[in-house]
Amino acid sequence: MVTLRNIIHSAIAMMVCFGSLAGMYALLGAPIVAAAQVLIYLGAISVLILFAIMLTQAGDANLPSPFHRQVPLAIVAAVVVVGLIGWAVTQTDWGNATVVIAIGLDALAEALFTTYALPFEILSLLLLVAIIGAIYLARRPEDDEKANS
Amino acid sequence: MGLQGYLLVSAILFGIGMFGFLARRNAILMLISIELMLNAVNLSLVAFNAYAYYAPDDNGAVFALLVMAVAAAEATVGLALVIAIIRTRQTPEVDDYADLKD
Repeated sequence: MVTLRNIIHSAIAMMVCFGSLAGMYALLGAPIVAAAQVLIYLGAISVLILFAIMLTQAGDANLPSPFHRQVPLAIVAAVVVVGLIGWAVTQTDWGNATVVIAIGLDALAEALFTTYALPFEILSLLLLVAIIGAIYLARRPEDDEKANS
Repeated sequence: MGLQGYLLVSAILFGIGMFGFLARRNAILMLISIELMLNAVNLSLVAFNAYAYYAPDDNGAVFALLVMAVAAAEATVGLALVIAIIRTRQTPEVDDYADLKD
């Protein structure tokens, strides 16, 4: 998906990827995380990215090469990282890690609102800051002048 | 399959995202690649949580949910920045943002 020339196709491929990840979360016994994946990624972030593409695409008549000159370096770096992680994963003895433990909704909610109450609140503050910052950044400058005059 | 399979998928996904971030010229596609890398890390977190054979608890799932929320905030601000810079430069290609060099 990162090699497609048309960026809309890349975004569609990204949505397929997010959907299959939601399926893997469900397979891993975490239906809450799967539902959150569908809601946040498939529902919100994909639409956000598609909107950004439509707002910024000037027309795909003259599509230059989508890559930098540093493609070989990027390939080398990615292959090295994947190789190292894969080597570590295959070399490690994971013990008897074969049983999938399903996550209960009650336990998850209790952990989220007792043990992790402070990170939860900090996260809501972060989201508020992100919303205000995004509105401020994406606002058109002429609206600002009109409001000031 | 099992835990190793999920971790390998996660590593490959991270590698794809890393390649896209390093090699593509479009700013929006670089953001998509960042989302891909965050998703890869999330997958390994949930996989570790599901296969925890001692002290089973939900820490991995909680952490994955927190990462998702942070990713949403990051995507919002990142896309706002990209739209703002495209509005002033008329191009999404990061190669053309070279004013400090010239």
